[in-house]
Amino acid sequence: MRCHVKVWAAVCLIAGVARGQATQGLDNAALLDRLRAMEDRIKALEAEVAGLKGQPAAEAVAVAPASAQVVATQAAATAPNLGGAQGAAAKVFNPDIAVIGDFIGVGGKNQVNPSPALEMHESELALQAIIDPYARADFFISFGEHGVDLEEGYLTFPSLPGHLNLRAGKMRAAFGKINTLHNHVLPWVDRPLVMQNLTGGEDGINDAGFSLSRILPAPGGLFLEATAQVFRGDSDNVFHSWHPNNLSTVGHVHGYRDINESTNVDLGFSYARGASPQTAGLFNNLYDIDATVRWKPLRRSIYHSFTGRAELVWDRNEATLLAPVRQGFTVPQQTPFGYFVSGDYQFARRWFAGGRLDWSERALNAFQHDDGGSAVLTYWPSEFSQVRGQYRHTKYAEGLTANEILFQFLFSIGAHGAHPF
Amino acid sequence: MSIRKILIVAGLVAGISSAASKLNVVTSTEDLSAIGREIGGDHITIESIAKGYQDPHFVEPKPSFLLKLQKADLLAVVGLQLEIGWLPPLITQSGNSKIQVGAKGYFDVSNACEILEIPTTTVTRADGDVHPLGNPHFWLDPENGRRIARAFKDKLSEMQPADAAFFDHNLKDFEQRLTDAEKRWDAQMAPYKGHKVVTYHRSLPNFAKRFGLDVVDYVEPKPGIPPTPTHTLELINKMKQQNIKLILVEPYFDMRTPNSIAQAVGGTAIVLLPSVGGEKQVQTYFQLFDYDVNLLVTAFGKYK
Repeated sequence: MRCHVKVWAAVCLIAGVARGQATQGLDNAALLDRLRAMEDRIKALEAEVAGLKGQPAAEAVAVAPASAQVVATQAAATAPNLGGAQGAAAKVFNPDIAVIGDFIGVGGKNQVNPSPALEMHESELALQAIIDPYARADFFISFGEHGVDLEEGYLTFPSLPGHLNLRAGKMRAAFGKINTLHNHVLPWVDRPLVMQNLTGGEDGINDAGFSLSRILPAPGGLFLEATAQVFRGDSDNVFHSWHPNNLSTVGHVHGYRDINESTNVDLGFSYARGASPQTAGLFNNLYDIDATVRWKPLRRSIYHSFTGRAELVWDRNEATLLAPVRQGFTVPQQTPFGYFVSGDYQFARRWFAGGRLDWSERALNAFQHDDGGSAVLTYWPSEFSQVRGQYRHTKYAEGLTANEILFQFLFSIGAHGAHPF
Repeated sequence: MSIRKILIVAGLVAGISSAASKLNVVTSTEDLSAIGREIGGDHITIESIAKGYQDPHFVEPKPSFLLKLQKADLLAVVGLQLEIGWLPPLITQSGNSKIQVGAKGYFDVSNACEILEIPTTTVTRADGDVHPLGNPHFWLDPENGRRIARAFKDKLSEMQPADAAFFDHNLKDFEQRLTDAEKRWDAQMAPYKGHKVVTYHRSLPNFAKRFGLDVVDYVEPKPGIPPTPTHTLELINKMKQQNIKLILVEPYFDMRTPNSIAQAVGGTAIVLLPSVGGEKQVQTYFQLFDYDVNLLVTAFGKYK
């Protein structure tokens, strides 16, 4: 009843205003505008009535446009909103929550680096929200079958003066391209050999600290961004903080350019330095060059695309001085090197095919290297799930060869935020 | 230096200063930039991120867009999660405090528009890639175009009060031209009111409602899910039973399935533009409706 009164009040008000306008001699266009504004207000009130009655809102719900503010204010004065929002409205402040499952199966024989035949490899819980007008928070918690790890958890200040972007917390370091990517956005089941041998494997360089980045002025439509990061200094197999002052640092410069609207090139240079995990007092220096070429025709972007990637890593670890003997000769400090090159082509809306070549020396012994290659086929039933098969051939430094078939189911539920480019 | 040279330099400086003081507006789609341009005229600079011929759901968040966003005073978005897959990281990475969500320069035009297909029951991904806040393709109703224009006028006047009268004048002019154009479009579409059509994606509910078209089904079995053989066969049967001849397809979808369906039912699949910029000759909001209405009238005319 109360709601009907509100609607009638609005209608009477509208009639009154309309008559008043006519007598004031306003032109037809202005009158038409006012009537449209009133019509919007009526629709909004009808929706409100439907809501108050506990019924679902009508198919169409209109919100009064800003130009109808005067009328809306008058209507609101005679028909005030009674009662607050429903309890469910409080849930709007809950963060976006998503869970991404990563189920992996492996067939074949690998004597050097065996994997379980079937494994719920990772369940990533993502919690993301804006904290306040100054910052947002992102948490990515990784559940394995036997433990939990905070993969990333950081707050970002996107509104700093000077267009600076500051992050604080635990995060994947901006070292190269692949190190920054979560498992579920990789185009392969595994990570390239060079990442496993030289940059910490699946976890990569991932630590607690600060990250400051800024887009730099550059000529001719070139995008240039510089990132400087300082971490505690602990990253599995890469850095170890023997003392509180054993901080690790990462620097990254990233250049990007559109060749045309469909094709672009991305080039990055990275440097990381931290205390060597082998012995206190020694340091590990890593250098990285990453390059990406993308092609995606805009009119058919959901059907065809190509991404070519390459990443080269040099690892100058002072700890290599501790194992200098090979065939009876003493050797100077080594700089193990590794790289991968890959290409992925989307040949239909749901289908991707790709390949990857791997070559990498071992972290503490540049005289040993592993190499291999993979062929990958991916099917996307929808945006929220992927099925992937990968044939992987690896030739290890020990002289052993592994031929494996990997398959993967990736699936996500909930509202997972978009990933940076 | 002669007086003439001094005047030239002064003029150049004034010109540069004037250009620098212009409000820099970035929009997520070309539809918003087309309407914003009508209101802001040459007192603002305005450009869009997505092209009119690309799927606005799947835009790559390229770093080159950051260069635009970094300098923006105002970012106008369609909202209703249309851009959720690509715009949020760009906004964060831009480091531009003016356009962060909730800031004065973040402008969600959906708040001013009539929104259709707001779910009234529980929504799950089993329904496909549904938009839980309502259908975001709302600009395809001229009445919503009018609302967007008014909202632009208010927002631009708020951010650049000195030009409020100019924006108001442009709004009145836009509305007058829109009213005239609506009469023309209504007259053209009147004979086809109630005609049944099939669309590829759920992009046209506002357009269909405005011009009285009856969208009976979609080429996609569910939003965002590519056509399946079973659904395609069901759709062919339905179109035959109901004598439906027209399939309306957005420019970024493959035409093979729509064409084969059209062939099976003796009909036509046509590329209806959902956005300004969908074709080279469609550069304004008016040209978008002129193009689509003319296309439909011609297509319907074939099956009178």
